[in-house]
Amino acid sequence: MIYMDNAATTRMSERVFEAMRPYMMENYANAAGTYSFAAKSSAAIEHARAQIAKVIGAKANEIVFTSGGTESDNWALKGVVAANAAKGRHIITSAIEHHAILHSADALKKQGCEVTILPVDADGLVNPADVEAAIRPDTVLISIMAANNEIGSVQPLAEIGEIAHRHGVIFHTDAVQAFGHIPMNVDEMHIDLLSASAHKFHGPKGVGILYVRKGTKIGVFMDGGAQEKRRRAGTSNVPGIVGMGEAAQAAMEAMATELPAVQALRDHLIARIESEIPYVKVNGHREKRLPGNVNVCFRFIEGEGMLMLLDAAGICASSGSACTSGSLDPSHVLLAIGLPHEIAHGSLRLSLGEYNTREEVDEVVEQLKVIIPRLRSMSPLYEDFVRNHQ
Amino acid sequence: MYTEQVMDHFMHPRNVGEIEGASGVGTVGNAKCGDIMRIYLDIDENQIVRDAKFKTFGCGAAIATSSMATEMIIGKTVQEALTVTNKAVMEALGGLPPVKVHCSLLAEQAVHAALWDYAQKNGIVIEGLEPPVDDVDELEHEEEE
Repeated sequence: MIYMDNAATTRMSERVFEAMRPYMMENYANAAGTYSFAAKSSAAIEHARAQIAKVIGAKANEIVFTSGGTESDNWALKGVVAANAAKGRHIITSAIEHHAILHSADALKKQGCEVTILPVDADGLVNPADVEAAIRPDTVLISIMAANNEIGSVQPLAEIGEIAHRHGVIFHTDAVQAFGHIPMNVDEMHIDLLSASAHKFHGPKGVGILYVRKGTKIGVFMDGGAQEKRRRAGTSNVPGIVGMGEAAQAAMEAMATELPAVQALRDHLIARIESEIPYVKVNGHREKRLPGNVNVCFRFIEGEGMLMLLDAAGICASSGSACTSGSLDPSHVLLAIGLPHEIAHGSLRLSLGEYNTREEVDEVVEQLKVIIPRLRSMSPLYEDFVRNHQ
Repeated sequence: MYTEQVMDHFMHPRNVGEIEGASGVGTVGNAKCGDIMRIYLDIDENQIVRDAKFKTFGCGAAIATSSMATEMIIGKTVQEALTVTNKAVMEALGGLPPVKVHCSLLAEQAVHAALWDYAQKNGIVIEGLEPPVDDVDELEHEEEE
C-alpha cells in the first residue's frame, strides 16, 4: 500500500506510541486525583504542554487541551462571540476555511451574528488588505487558517495578525495543517488563538489544543470539572496528551531534518505530473505551500473514478469532487479559487509525509499515466475536446 | 460502499466507445453536476438494438450504470429497450448507495435520449417515449471555454 493522504491523518510514530504506552497501562490515574499516583499523570500533562508550547513560541500555560481541531475551532469562534457580546457580534473569516470554521460561523449566523467571508485569489491566498477593509467597530474575531487542507496554500498570517491587533480584534488561526509542518510563532504572527490536532503530525487521534493568549476574552465551551484551569472540563486524556506532546517535539525536530526531503518529493511529484500528463492544472500557490501538499486537476475526468482506480492499485489519495463530498457541488475551496465545476470535479490531492519515498512517488506517477488516459478514453468531454481540436 | 457487480462494471466496463454513423445518439447530464452520459445505438431495420456503446464523465456508479444499461438493451427491440428502467439497472447491479441513485436515472435518460434521436431521424414514433428534458445547451456552452 502507498499512503498519500497525510493531510487526512498520519501514521502514529513508534516514538509517540512508546511515550503513550505507560499512560494507557500502569500510569492510568486520573490526573485530577490527590494521591501521589495521580501526580505522574499530571506531571506528564504539564511536560506535554511545554513540548507543544515550544513549537509555536507560546507559554505552556497558554495551551489548553481539547479533543481535536474541530473542537478547538468551534470553541474559538463560539467562545469569543459569547464573551465579547458587549463589543459586537461581527466576525471575519475566509471562503476556504475548514468546515469546522465555516459551519461554526453558519451556526453563529443563525444566532444573529454577522459573518464576513473573505474571498481568496486564484492561488488560494487571502489579501490582508481585504481583512483590514472588512473590520468594523463591532468586529470581535478574525479567523483565517494558517494553511489550507486541500490546496496547501500558506496564508500571510503575520500581516493579517498585525492588522487584527492594530484594530484591537482577536485573531484566531486554524493551524491544523500547519502546526509542526511549517515554522509558526504566535508573537511574531500576532496570534491570540490557534487550533492544532495531534494526528496530523504522527500523534494520536482524538486530542488537540487551543492556544489561548493570556488575557484573550473567550468563554468556556465545555462545562464540568476543574480541568485545564476551568477552561475546558472533562477528564484529561492523559495518553493522548502525552502522545501529542511527544509528536510535537518530534515534529519540531523533523521540520529542520526531514521536511526538506518531503518538500523535494512534493516538487518532484508535481514536476513529473505536469510534464508527463497533459491537460493538468496545479492548484494552490507554487511556493507558499505546505511541504507535503500536491493538488492537481485532471481535465475531462471525475475524481471518484480516479480514487477507485488508484485504490485498486494500492494507493490512498483524496479528491474534492462532488462524488466524494456526498453533494452535487465539488469542494468549496476549489470553487473559491475560481475553478469551473467541471474542472474542480477532476481534482486529486496527494499529501506526502516523512514516511513516503521517491519510489512511491514514481510509482504513483506511473499509475496515473495509465489511469488518467483510461478514464479520458471513457469521457464524452474528452471525446468532444479531441473532435473540436482536430 | 459499492456492490461486487458495481465494482466489476466499473473496473471492467462493457461497451465503452463510439459507434460511427450511429442510428441514435443521446447525451444527458451536465459537467457542472459532475455527470455526463452519452449513449450510441446501432439499430437494425427490425428495430432491434444491434449494438450500444457509451462514454461517461462521472463517478464509479455513473460508469457502472452506463455499462450495465448498455448490456441490458443490446438485442432488445426499441420498444423493449424503453422498459429498461433505472430500477432494473440498479437491481442488476445489486443496488446503489442512496446518493448514487441519480446515476441510474441518468443512464435511463441517456438510453431514452438516444432512442429519441433514432426516432426523430427515422420519422417513427416509439410509444411511451418522451423527448429528452436535459439542458444540452448548457453542456455545449460549457465545453466551448
